[in-house]
Amino acid sequence: MPTSALPPLAQPAQRQRWRRLAAPQAFYPLAGRLLPGLWALAGGLAAAGLAVGLLLAPTDFQQGDAYRIIFIHVPAAWMSMVVYLAMAFWAGLGLVLNTRLSSMMASALAPTGALMTFVALWTGALWGKPTWGTWWVWDARLTSELLLLFLYLGFMALQAATDDPRRADRAGAILALVGVVNVPVIYFSVRWWNTLHQGATVSATRAPSMASSMLLGMLLMVAAFWAYSVAAALHRVRSLILEREKSADWAARLPEVQP
Amino acid sequence: MIWNSLAEFADMGGYALYVWGAYGMTAVVVGWELLSLVQRRRRATDELRDWQAFDGDDHDTAA
Repeated sequence: MPTSALPPLAQPAQRQRWRRLAAPQAFYPLAGRLLPGLWALAGGLAAAGLAVGLLLAPTDFQQGDAYRIIFIHVPAAWMSMVVYLAMAFWAGLGLVLNTRLSSMMASALAPTGALMTFVALWTGALWGKPTWGTWWVWDARLTSELLLLFLYLGFMALQAATDDPRRADRAGAILALVGVVNVPVIYFSVRWWNTLHQGATVSATRAPSMASSMLLGMLLMVAAFWAYSVAAALHRVRSLILEREKSADWAARLPEVQP
Repeated sequence: MIWNSLAEFADMGGYALYVWGAYGMTAVVVGWELLSLVQRRRRATDELRDWQAFDGDDHDTAA
């Protein structure tokens, strides 16, 4: 196609750059360049966080060593909500702007979000048994987190059941956007209702109610889970791009698909 | 280091089942996700290669 014959587009350079990045063709190699650093960051932060949390942080005077579950429970619970918000954001953007890459990003985030939610629930049950005396209670915090898991699973099942990718994107987006009301419910549940689950241990407005090495371990693990989630989603979205752009010339020319 | 021996570390002050149950399951699901990411990528590149071999002559490789 003689593209050089077309008149140049009268657009600010900035906008063009964003539009170019929104093309799977441009985003695929960019994500590929970011991935090694992100995986290394996730691994390094996790190693540091585990060393601090399991080897250096002191035993809690009330909960003994059972409290060490916090180093995975809190990061997983935070990421379960952050990933959902990111997923709903990209799904909504894909719905409104009709950009394929945004919708693919939403689909790529869902399994990682579901994993984080499962880990938060599982570690919560194992923490609840020795501290509350029960694996599970139907209180507001736990129930809304369980609902979050079902929202992720519903999103993935709906997309898997819809053959046409663009229709799957739209259907998933509507489900993701409806479910977004659950996120503030999870977050504020410990304040809105009388729950067995404790309130926030760490907040931006007051000094944390834990030893500094405990806090350091937790923050390292939060950063590790964050880097891991970004890396996993970017890795998955690259596969998703290849699956959907099978007939594109640029995809066929990639070095990794040469015989 | 707050532990005096490996056995003490493994015992987790009597909470070994809960602490290691939490860390162990996390390791299992993260390992499973990493494996599935690698498999999905391999499947995607393999399919693209097959696709290309099937109708490779039609592609304008010069552009």
